[in-house]
Amino acid sequence: MFDDRSPIYRQIADRIKADVLSQTLKGDEQVMSTNRYAAFYRINPATAAKAFQQLVDEGVLYKKRGIGMFVSPHARDALRAVRRKSFFADVVDPMVADAKAIGIPLSEVIGRIEELEG
Amino acid sequence: MRVEVEDLVLRYDDVTALDRLTFSLEESKIYGLLGRNGSGKTSLLSILAAVRRQSAGRVRIDGQPVFENAALTPRISLVRDTGEAITIGTVEDALYFAEWLRPNWDADYAAELLELFGITPKMSIGSMSTGQRSAMGVVVGLAGRAPLTMFDEAYLGMDAPSRQAFYDALLADYIAHPRTIILSTHLIQEVGPLFEEVLIIDRGRLLVQEDTQTLLSRGATVIGPTAQVDAFTADLTVLGTRRLGPTTSATVYGEVDEGRRRQATEAGLELGPIDLQDLFVHLTGENR
Repeated sequence: MFDDRSPIYRQIADRIKADVLSQTLKGDEQVMSTNRYAAFYRINPATAAKAFQQLVDEGVLYKKRGIGMFVSPHARDALRAVRRKSFFADVVDPMVADAKAIGIPLSEVIGRIEELEG
Repeated sequence: MRVEVEDLVLRYDDVTALDRLTFSLEESKIYGLLGRNGSGKTSLLSILAAVRRQSAGRVRIDGQPVFENAALTPRISLVRDTGEAITIGTVEDALYFAEWLRPNWDADYAAELLELFGITPKMSIGSMSTGQRSAMGVVVGLAGRAPLTMFDEAYLGMDAPSRQAFYDALLADYIAHPRTIILSTHLIQEVGPLFEEVLIIDRGRLLVQEDTQTLLSRGATVIGPTAQVDAFTADLTVLGTRRLGPTTSATVYGEVDEGRRRQATEAGLELGPIDLQDLFVHLTGENR
């Protein structure tokens, strides 16, 4: 897969993950049907179904046959663990590279972080 | 309905409109049929709708030959870019005829759609605007609920809000009543998200048939300093490049795995998505 922004089903998956992380969607809560997602995003239902399948494969959602999709009780903890693992590579490293590129000394960056921490 | 096309050829005098076309379509999917002007889209749809006979090759719909097949044709619907085909009489007359022709006709749904598009039953079809006639075609195409429904640039002349209403209605009705739908279109940005699969034909031949999202995941843009972009894309299929001073943007097609992605990031290259329209332009785009 080329790029995270590319296929729309990744966008949907990211949206649902964000909702789980922010607890807009809670553990064991039912998620809207793929058809409702398809109508909302104006996309083919098969595309929406792929987003949901991806989330089932990742353990974020689980299926109850004939009823629908639900948020896995441990989804939030698992997503937080995944985000923690990639936090430095995804957030900190680019920030440091950016600071270097525009000539901000790292001591200033660290100072700002400490300031925010209070 | 299942559609099987094998070595399909259509010749008009000395022009070969379809050149040994082979593909098959599964039941209850929405297919996008893309191609440049004169690529053979309308010829193909005309044969599938049994309004034209092929020069050679086979077409089977649910296993049956389609031409002059009276049992099959009421279950196949083609809405053309000229909109509603019957231009004599009023909207009411056209609906009466459609109801007689279409075994799955839903009159209540037709009435609902007419209201959506602001068409009244007493309107004379002959004096309609292009947009209204297109909308009328869309109403007949949707309310007919034919197991194989084809729209050939059916929104011609419809304004943006009406087109959006058409896409929403199509999607909602497809979800409620799944059927095989083929949408032939030049408005790829607008209609593309509705496709489950895409067929691209060029000069009467099949160029691509692929799941839309899989197809999109095969294309990407690579942006960065020219030398790095050239090095990175050396063993990839480059569909096109554009330069802006020292920066190059290349459109590539083919699998790029995680390792290559990392390599791109490390080389300071930016990988971006490609949309269906860009991909289509690059795949069919050389000038004639």
